[in-house]
Amino acid sequence: MRLTTSLAAFAVAGSLIASPASAKDQLTIGVAQFPSSLHPNIDAEVIKSYTLGFAIRQITAYDKDWKNTCLICTELPTLQNGLVKIVDMPGGKKGMQVTIKLKPDLKWADGEKVTAKDLEFTWRIAGDPKTGFSNGHPWTRAVKVDVVDDSTAVLTLDKVLASYNEWDQVLPSHIEGPIYEKAKEAGDYIKQTAYARTPTTPGLYNGPYMVTGYQSGAQIVLEPNPHWPGTKPGFKRIIIKLIENTAALQANLLSGDVDMVAGEGVGLTIDQVLELRKQQPDKFTYIFKPSLNYEHIDLQNGNPLLQDIRVRQALVYSADRKTLTERLFQGMQPVADTWVNPLSSTYAKEAMHYPYDLAKAKSLLAEAGWKPGPDGICRNDKGDRLSIEFGTTAGNRLRELQQQVLQNNWKQACIEVRIKNEPARTFFGETMKKRAYSGLAMYAWSSNVGASPRRTLASDNIPTEANGWGGANYINFSNKRMDELIDRSETELDPDKQKEDWAEMQKIYAAELPVIPLFFRAEAHVVPKWLKGYEPTGHGDWSCFWSENWRSE
Amino acid sequence: MFAFLTRRLLQAAVVLLVMSFVIYGLIGLMPGDPVDIMAASMPGMTPEVMKNLRAIYGLDQPLMLRYARWLMAILSGDFGFSRTHSRPVLEVLTPALLQTCKLMLISFFLSVVISVVLGVISALKPGGWLDTLIGFVAFAGISIPVFWLALILIIAFAVTLQWLPASGMGKVGDYGFWDQARHLILPVTTLTLANAGQFTRYVRAAMIETLQADYIRTARAKGLAPPRVILLHALRNALVPVVTIMALSFGTLFSGALVTETMFAQMGMGKMIFDSILSNDFNLALTGLLFATLVTLLSNLAADVAYSFLDPRITLK
Repeated sequence: MRLTTSLAAFAVAGSLIASPASAKDQLTIGVAQFPSSLHPNIDAEVIKSYTLGFAIRQITAYDKDWKNTCLICTELPTLQNGLVKIVDMPGGKKGMQVTIKLKPDLKWADGEKVTAKDLEFTWRIAGDPKTGFSNGHPWTRAVKVDVVDDSTAVLTLDKVLASYNEWDQVLPSHIEGPIYEKAKEAGDYIKQTAYARTPTTPGLYNGPYMVTGYQSGAQIVLEPNPHWPGTKPGFKRIIIKLIENTAALQANLLSGDVDMVAGEGVGLTIDQVLELRKQQPDKFTYIFKPSLNYEHIDLQNGNPLLQDIRVRQALVYSADRKTLTERLFQGMQPVADTWVNPLSSTYAKEAMHYPYDLAKAKSLLAEAGWKPGPDGICRNDKGDRLSIEFGTTAGNRLRELQQQVLQNNWKQACIEVRIKNEPARTFFGETMKKRAYSGLAMYAWSSNVGASPRRTLASDNIPTEANGWGGANYINFSNKRMDELIDRSETELDPDKQKEDWAEMQKIYAAELPVIPLFFRAEAHVVPKWLKGYEPTGHGDWSCFWSENWRSE
Repeated sequence: MFAFLTRRLLQAAVVLLVMSFVIYGLIGLMPGDPVDIMAASMPGMTPEVMKNLRAIYGLDQPLMLRYARWLMAILSGDFGFSRTHSRPVLEVLTPALLQTCKLMLISFFLSVVISVVLGVISALKPGGWLDTLIGFVAFAGISIPVFWLALILIIAFAVTLQWLPASGMGKVGDYGFWDQARHLILPVTTLTLANAGQFTRYVRAAMIETLQADYIRTARAKGLAPPRVILLHALRNALVPVVTIMALSFGTLFSGALVTETMFAQMGMGKMIFDSILSNDFNLALTGLLFATLVTLLSNLAADVAYSFLDPRITLK
């Protein structure tokens, strides 16, 4: 009786101090990372581009159907509509002239017009190495920018590029211009930019929302841009709230302190979302969108055991990847055959597939001279064991589970793998960078839609001491034909020929097997049932690039 | 007293200098660099851009040269620029420091009060039911991991009862005194429970020892009232060793706050230092760590000064 009375008293007291339920004109998004600053071109981070997706619009972006579209231009420049021309450059080379027409009614949140001068200014400072710009779609592809009128600029490219109509955000020259001029000599624009020093300046933003509150390492508050000419944003306020610990993030979601968790790799992991869905099937909408994050295993081609294609094929045939994704991810993460996602327009069905086939794996090993020994592990004529080291990032629970499943798979095919994991810093910062792994190395690559595989597959991107360990071709893959195809695909403008080049690249990749493809990670979104207009894309041009369409029901 | 304080402060300066060198060296020895981390998020980043970024952040300079420059800047009052926050270090650290001070000071004060009360009650009848109960609670406080305790409190008071906010430092659009206070209740409770358990055991042990001393028996024989004996004669002397422990704990509250701050999404010093080390933000990590070291050194100094007030027989030389 006394206990009941106490609890009732507690409840009354609690109701007095409890906060009222938040109205649906506010959306709180929980994230597990925080952006270093809000400058769109400095320090590339997923969380930064996600945050800025609400407030600054790229010129173009790939939509949910993975089609390139205009965000702040009136028409996507193409050869067909005459906005792109092939031109002769000095030295007999071919170049391009790309005309970009910005939407005429577009304004920064302080009321200033977004003009071609902003575009020219952005291009100009991107060319200054002291600014430290690093764009997904580099401005440095253009060697000249001519401002035609307020809304029109012509960019001259000194070579023909397939990515000619993919352009990032422009910066407000009326705000950043004076800052850059002052900081240019000292080379400290990076320290002086208003995006870092005064991130709540309205004139920095031209999207449907603008940043009105910024608490470093805690939260970012976004409110509608009063000068946004497009669809009226559906929320009076969007809060991006940092909760680094994922258990606490889930608790916040359940308590209502957070309305949704972004699925763009900045919130919960897929297994956590699957578990949440099991426990709370009706509380939220769960969306799993296959993405361009490609989980795979690099093979050390300096290892004699892995130089035999039959051993590499045996490794893939004996890895039951379908069961692995079904068991660990409820089939939400599709098995990969190459680095190209089946959702991509350049995906080639005809590339070699490797279904699970243990018998075939065993026969390939026998053909290569490997016979099972008394302990079940294969040996060759010299008595060498078929034993390979297998590394990944330590502490990543999902990857460690994947390792155990694969280790067990391979043991059945008489291949022994010895697990040797390292902290992410060491794994990426030393081991992979310097190609110091001895056998297998599991990690993920992310890329943009249609991005060239140069960085990971071209000979000129093999990290060596001579090039300061630059490039990310950690597998030391050097294939003359692949190099030719990469060069060509970057400049090929004919979509059909593009597809042919990409198809051949995928065939070489699947036949040569420089890596073991595993699966494409799925973005796991947890959104409130009342949120409408939310459409995940599965690639680096995030769902929030269309956040003006989000509204509560 | 003045000579003692001067000598100790000079010692502290030397310790800080050595610490700065050691910390700088250790961070420099960590594998990988921030530009590699950036490149991982941006597959299209060219080696040329990476080289530019290394030059901008001074990562292409030898470690010792960077340290020497940093030291000279610090001596002239310039704490440098935080690479990961894109702002001057002091601008980044000040709000974090204020947040941690709020959390630390409130929880430290509560821990001390609770532990002294419970420790004294425990020591009065060792082995009694109250002592056993307090011992059990104190050991629970010591043993339960902070992150687990935090999560339990969130589930109980934020998820189930929905009485208190689960995270953050204030509500957007409010941020008044009471709103901030509500947001502090759960993190302060977590940190207090974790520290009070430990302090209670020390107070209990010191009190039991003091209560068996001859002068306490004399005081009792003289017919002094028990509260007067306990509070005026026993507690004051029992607190001498306990003050040392508490002072040392005050410095380490930074690391305790790291977990609490992470769980309750409060950007305080502990979390900021931890993040800056992970991301190789040298200037921020060093300033934060040196501040933590300074707090520990000053806490020790404060403890030494406190002895002379608690026990007149102790003189500072």
